Amino acid sequence: MSATTLVTVAPEHAARRKAQWYRVPALLAGLTLLVIVLAMVIGAPLLTSHNPNVQDLNAILSGPSGQHLLGTDQLGRDTWSRLLYGGRVDLQVAFIAVLFPFVLGTILGSIAGYFGGWVDLIIMRVVDIVVAFPFYVLIIALVFVLGPGESSIYIAITAVGWVAYARIIRGEILVAKRQEYVLAAQSAGLSNLRIMGRHLLPNVVTQAIIYAMSDIVQDILAIVTLSYLGLGIQPPTPDWGTMIANGQNFLTTHWQLTTIPGLAVVVTGLALSLIGDGLADLLRPGQS
Amino acid sequence: MSALSPEDPVMTGNLAPSAADGPLLTATGLEVGFSVGGSIASRLRHEERILRAVDGVDLTIQHGEALALVGESGSGKSTLARALTGLEPLNAGQVALDGKVLGKRRSRADQRRVQMVFQDPYSSLNPRLTVAGMLHELLRVHQIVPRAQVDAYSRELIGLVGLTDDALPAYPRQFSGGQRQRVAIARALALKPDLLVADEPVSALDVSVQATILNLLQELRSSLGLTLLLISHNLAVVRHLCDRVAVMYLGRIIEVAPTGELYAAPRHPYTRGLLAAIPRMTPGTGEGAPAVTGDPPSPLRIPAGCRFRTRCPIAQERCAHEDPELTAPAGRPAHLAACHFPLDPPPGVRPGTAVRAVPAQSAAQDAKEEPSPSQS
Amino acid sequence: MTAAAPEPVTPAGPSGAGQPAASGPVLEVRDLQVQIQTRRGVVRAVDGVSLEVPRGGAVGLVGESGSGKSMTLRSILGVLPPEAKITSGQVLLDGTDLVPLPTSALNRIRGPKLAMIFQEPMSALNPVMRVGWQIAEGPQVHLGYNRSRSAERAVELMYRVGIPDPERRFKAYPHEFSGGMRQRVMIAIALSCEPEVILCDEPTTALDVTIQDQILRLLAQLCSESGVSLLFVTHDLPVVAQLCQELAVMYGGQIVERGPVADVFREPSHPYTLGLLRSAPDVEEVRSSLVPIPGSPPSLISPPSGCRFHPRCSFAEQDCSEIDPPLRLLSSGRATACLHYERCLESAQAEAAR
Repeated sequence: MSATTLVTVAPEHAARRKAQWYRVPALLAGLTLLVIVLAMVIGAPLLTSHNPNVQDLNAILSGPSGQHLLGTDQLGRDTWSRLLYGGRVDLQVAFIAVLFPFVLGTILGSIAGYFGGWVDLIIMRVVDIVVAFPFYVLIIALVFVLGPGESSIYIAITAVGWVAYARIIRGEILVAKRQEYVLAAQSAGLSNLRIMGRHLLPNVVTQAIIYAMSDIVQDILAIVTLSYLGLGIQPPTPDWGTMIANGQNFLTTHWQLTTIPGLAVVVTGLALSLIGDGLADLLRPGQS
Repeated sequence: MSALSPEDPVMTGNLAPSAADGPLLTATGLEVGFSVGGSIASRLRHEERILRAVDGVDLTIQHGEALALVGESGSGKSTLARALTGLEPLNAGQVALDGKVLGKRRSRADQRRVQMVFQDPYSSLNPRLTVAGMLHELLRVHQIVPRAQVDAYSRELIGLVGLTDDALPAYPRQFSGGQRQRVAIARALALKPDLLVADEPVSALDVSVQATILNLLQELRSSLGLTLLLISHNLAVVRHLCDRVAVMYLGRIIEVAPTGELYAAPRHPYTRGLLAAIPRMTPGTGEGAPAVTGDPPSPLRIPAGCRFRTRCPIAQERCAHEDPELTAPAGRPAHLAACHFPLDPPPGVRPGTAVRAVPAQSAAQDAKEEPSPSQS
Repeated sequence: MTAAAPEPVTPAGPSGAGQPAASGPVLEVRDLQVQIQTRRGVVRAVDGVSLEVPRGGAVGLVGESGSGKSMTLRSILGVLPPEAKITSGQVLLDGTDLVPLPTSALNRIRGPKLAMIFQEPMSALNPVMRVGWQIAEGPQVHLGYNRSRSAERAVELMYRVGIPDPERRFKAYPHEFSGGMRQRVMIAIALSCEPEVILCDEPTTALDVTIQDQILRLLAQLCSESGVSLLFVTHDLPVVAQLCQELAVMYGGQIVERGPVADVFREPSHPYTLGLLRSAPDVEEVRSSLVPIPGSPPSLISPPSGCRFHPRCSFAEQDCSEIDPPLRLLSSGRATACLHYERCLESAQAEAAR
């Protein structure tokens, strides 16, 4: 038998890993919450019959009733409708906004980590400069320069957000490129692009994905903050930040105008954070 | 037995010794260094220190032979192996394959000719690729076989290293250490290399598993005519597998000889000490003076003259000034040693006659009696 | 489920608990069981191990990774990882059972009576403390030496373990030492309170062969000079041959063979030992082909029924999968846990005759 002793590949390892994701409680709870939130904002037309932008000046600042589930705001708009439709806008912008820095940061981080030397030095100096400024200060300044609006939000978040991804990916690549499988790929004469794309990235990108979950939360907060300052989503488009800002004046008499959209931000953030934690648990090395 | 037969149409080609005369690989004046403590400030002040991991190595590897590179940690044996594989840039010197000097950046076709098996099978396989995935990629990139045969050739490769077809769709984590090392060998063989460099291929494995990998390498040698460069600190493994041994100390080769001769009659005092330091299976040899005293010097401060003189029991004044060259005694041209006062062969050993106790041929016979992996 | 505790192997007289007989073994482990709680189930890492270390002797404990040899060693010193627990058995040092002792009592034993040398000296030494003071710490704590006297003792120990220029190197930090010198420091620390037994966990595995040779010879010399006993865990059979008089082979959490080193190597009486000897290349002779042990080590969560080695054993018979073989005493201080050890002996003798 000697060297021709046959393998018994143990496929039960793979089966166990696949069956594991729903056993991580944080992931399960986060996903459940997110699905509920997404179902509510996507199914908004089914859950409300009011147009979120139609004003009814005869019914301003009315309390919760059968007609208006959460009452109306100072212009007589239905708060429940605005909450649902506002969530649509915020979540859509946040999910798109997280993609750009993710892609840009991953690419630049891979290049810096893989090639090292001067390329690394330049990219990481730029990262240091961006990191030197507080996140919100830079975002607000950029949007202020670019002018309010959705595209300004994307540009600002990308310009500031990529550095975190670049740092994570660079660090992971620095570790992974010392692994012998990378040397093996190099000794097989594979191109740098192929080694980065096929051999390194799949092994390191999970960390960036985990971070992206918490980054969406930060982006939602940034969008809400910008809108609160009047720099984000422009009226009359409904959005949680504007709602919180407008409701603030009536906090003592009509607390639900501020608290309910604030709660929506918290619940969404909690869901995404739980997913991030759960993913980290699931993908942690040694778990397999 | 098709998988192990040299007549097999798929496996012949580059693996078979080429008709060309002369050595397969010739390395001359190789130097590889790393700068250490090289912060920008110290670089500006010219305080950068160079660790000379490989410090002037000449080496030839003949077609079909198994050459061992032995030495302790810090001897530069792994760095030399990586330099020969093209993974480490050379500071000086050149590597030629079949007389053709390889460029500083090897072309893909040149790179294919030297393949490596790494020490740690847990880090040398990409955890996100299946066995089939990694083999197919190499076969396609290098166009080793026509596209239609990629699948069949992968199955043949995996059979060659003693694994069954169900290994192909599996991920590395589904294998044990020994099985992973088989996969790593199959990956290296996929490119039909002229030279297989194996860097401590069994030292990360348990003893009982080591034997399976050593036997596999021996079988592959006899069935494919593979040329092997084995890097190891384990002199028992080397003696079992190799025809010729090169001993490294602090970045230099200090002795090269056919295996039997080196073990029976070492000429360099370091080699003799290294051999004497190996624990023997004979009980009760525990007391007495150690074979080699002292620690090896740092590769950052290589002694002038002979680099072994700081630990050498027979060092003389001359050793501190003159760096000895690799020379062979009269009548034994294959036994080179870099020592001013080389040792005489011990009584009872007739130099030049020591041969490998087991010719590769008999190992091949053993291999042929094994059941074929595809039949079981 | 587990092998019954075998009769004592050492020929030396009676060795009952609570009897600090000077002639008996200095360290005795009786039917030790260690279990590790994991998510996948209970791992029986050590399953009924019994062994003895004679006074002034060196015993090798050999096994592959996962055989339970390191766990055995750690349970003796009482330094198991938190998820592992000794579920039964005794560890008798001079007749005193260490297992039920609280940490405070164990701390009075670790050092003056029992010391340990680890595989990786760099992680076992404090990186920010001068090595001299690390060596001097034991005598200060356990022997009540004052600062200057303990420092003198440290220098003396450094000289004894072969550290050149000990007065100057007293003030060095671990990172300024080479691997071999660090291991010498570890040995000096282990010796600092003149222990009766030193437990060695693969102390030379991380070292180069010439340095390993130096350390092994140092240990042998210290052993014969000071009469300290060694329990030496390793996977390397030749290392045991060089250093130890007695040998115990572990497989799957159990001891499968025990006896004097020379006898066991000449005529192994357990197929696993025979397999280990046949699978390793020997530097002295070149064999045509190595004979690997087929298969892989057993799961310690659900070990094979009967003899744990039977699925990999070429001598296995029907009864091997049914009866869990006890460690049986053979002649001249040897013991085996093989039901058909005669066949193994025959095979070894036949091979030797060839």
